[in-house]
Amino acid sequence: MNNLLIPNPKEAESIHIIREVAAQFERPVLLFSGGKDSITLVRLAQKAFYPAKIPFPLLHVDTGHNFPETIEFRDKLVAELGLELIVRNVQDSIDQGKVREERGRYSSRNSLQTTTLLDAIEELKFDACIGGARRDEEKARAKERVFSVRDDFGQWDEKNQRPELFDMLNGKIHVGQNVRCFPISNWTELDVWEYIKAENIEIPSIYFAHKREVFFRDGMIWTASEHVFREEYEEVMEKMVRFRTVGDMTCTAAVLSEAVSLDDVVGEIRDSTISERGARIDDKRSEAAMETRKKVGYF
Amino acid sequence: MSENRKLIKIATAGSVDDGKSTLIGRLLYDTKSLTTDKIEAIERSSKQRGYDYLDFSLATDGLVAEREQGITIDVAHIYFNTNKTNFIVADTPGHVEYTRNMVTGASTSQVAIILIDARKGVIEQTFRHFFIANLLRISHVVVAINKMDLVNYDEEVYLNIKKDFDELVAKSDFAEDQITFIPVSALNGENIATKSKEMPWYVGNTLLDHLEVLEPADLQESSVARFPIQYVIRPKTEAFHDFRGFSGKLYGGSLKVGDEVTLLPSLNTSKIKSIHFFDQEVEEAAPGSSIAVTLETEVDLSRGDMLVKSDAIPKSEKQITATICQVNRKELRVGAKYILQHGVNRVLAKVEQIESRIHTDFSGKEEAEELKLNDIGKVKFKLSKPIHFDSYQANKSNGSFILIEEGEFDTVSVGFID
Repeated sequence: MNNLLIPNPKEAESIHIIREVAAQFERPVLLFSGGKDSITLVRLAQKAFYPAKIPFPLLHVDTGHNFPETIEFRDKLVAELGLELIVRNVQDSIDQGKVREERGRYSSRNSLQTTTLLDAIEELKFDACIGGARRDEEKARAKERVFSVRDDFGQWDEKNQRPELFDMLNGKIHVGQNVRCFPISNWTELDVWEYIKAENIEIPSIYFAHKREVFFRDGMIWTASEHVFREEYEEVMEKMVRFRTVGDMTCTAAVLSEAVSLDDVVGEIRDSTISERGARIDDKRSEAAMETRKKVGYF
Repeated sequence: MSENRKLIKIATAGSVDDGKSTLIGRLLYDTKSLTTDKIEAIERSSKQRGYDYLDFSLATDGLVAEREQGITIDVAHIYFNTNKTNFIVADTPGHVEYTRNMVTGASTSQVAIILIDARKGVIEQTFRHFFIANLLRISHVVVAINKMDLVNYDEEVYLNIKKDFDELVAKSDFAEDQITFIPVSALNGENIATKSKEMPWYVGNTLLDHLEVLEPADLQESSVARFPIQYVIRPKTEAFHDFRGFSGKLYGGSLKVGDEVTLLPSLNTSKIKSIHFFDQEVEEAAPGSSIAVTLETEVDLSRGDMLVKSDAIPKSEKQITATICQVNRKELRVGAKYILQHGVNRVLAKVEQIESRIHTDFSGKEEAEELKLNDIGKVKFKLSKPIHFDSYQANKSNGSFILIEEGEFDTVSVGFID
């Protein structure tokens, strides 16, 4: 038995937030992407309720363009921890004519996810969606609350946010509204990596350096895949790469890397000079890209 | 995660033109926390606007509306670290009408940086910022006298401002050693991370060095243990058939296995049987831990109740007086009813009396019919059930609450109990 527990303040805060979600809402769900942040959330949720099981399901909005390694990992994690997993597909939203597939050079299903997510929230009557967003990721996220109230249309009204004082969380809402909850708001990318290392948490293999067929465009490294639009002149080559963030293939760029272990990855992040979202193709569209997406209900 | 690094939370306050965003941008730049792509974005934007210097304020001014107006309008959280310390900065705007933002940002901070424009000296805004730091009992205040480059790095200017500020300190509850003055130029990076050659007369630490030597332990209130129950864990599995864990975050003091405890509101007593953190059992948990405890006896204890050591029981009352800061456009009036959230516990509250509106410039108080957005006042409440509290002075987490109005469920006020 350990004698004295000295808390890690960020971890203790996150556990506190996750317990508040479970206590204040009737139907919470954890939005799971298979990325390192949502994997970290799963570990924190385990810690919040141990020895009981995590008292809410996981929801994965699958664009159909995910890395197969991520999906494999997801299914294994869910089976090991005995979690309930709900999957909703962007393809279904396309087939139902609710959204239209983007065309051309920068086409992606990333922004289409919003519709599928909002439909799932309505269908399954979720009143709280736990997400792994962090305030250090992007400028607009820096002002996001831990409990962020969304209206029936999933919209974020940044001028009319509830102030959050001390660690008191106000999750009171009306029927039809829902709250996005961000337990690791105050973590940085380095915090997440150091935690994964300290806790020895398993993550999908694509976070480590591996050989992959890629091509270069706009100074970024794109995955060569049937799902990713590529001009004929854009030459495919094999490189040692890894991913710093895992969205779907069409919006996640790789970085050249030799980091094959967690130690290597943490070292690389510590010395890194390109921010994580610099490898997100979706944010490069404009300076206000994230804020615009959030206003319409993007996660 | 960064177990070897300490965590310091800072709130910044300053008027619109004091250069607060520039100061934070400079801290990020000098600690190499700005990444290549962010620096590129800043260079691009600065050029577009025709500046001949790097506009670091662009590193923090996040929302589109703010970029358009060129001002910060909400609390933004910024993260950076040195080898020794993780920092979280709550960047709060300094407009008169934005008192609520500073209160919000300061509520989670141990340190406040108050910016003063060296050309303007101590102005009404400074009074207000310091008043809030005092009201929230921030552990340490740094007075950063900025734009020293625009007053020829003159020591006389610095000393005059310090003298004016010391008069404010005398009116406050702060001890002298809780306040530190640093002359800086955020634009030129003087005394931010590197010692200024322009101000050899200043012998103290740079801002960053000063923030690094602060110890979170010294910045934390030491008080008695308060354990509000958040969630009852009942696994109902074979291995943990009879397990009943009371989970929550521990504030103020530590809890140990074997401690005699009293449960509120029932006033039943028991003993701590075990303390759990995930799959480990510990003998003792330090304040700030998110844990689960089990008790020796079967007791009735649920969310919103509180577990405390039997030798230090908080007050339990249905009538409280508190200093209120109004953080919403909806006004607080006598007779109005609210949901009062004290930690994780909720009761109903009725405003019995508004005793006074307090001037936020240390000039006293006045009678008031209502409290409007950004007003601070003394208010008496009647509650539907007793809450188990300490004064804010004795225990911040157990001495504060928020008021939620019943229409939109907005958080309309924050209270600090007498």
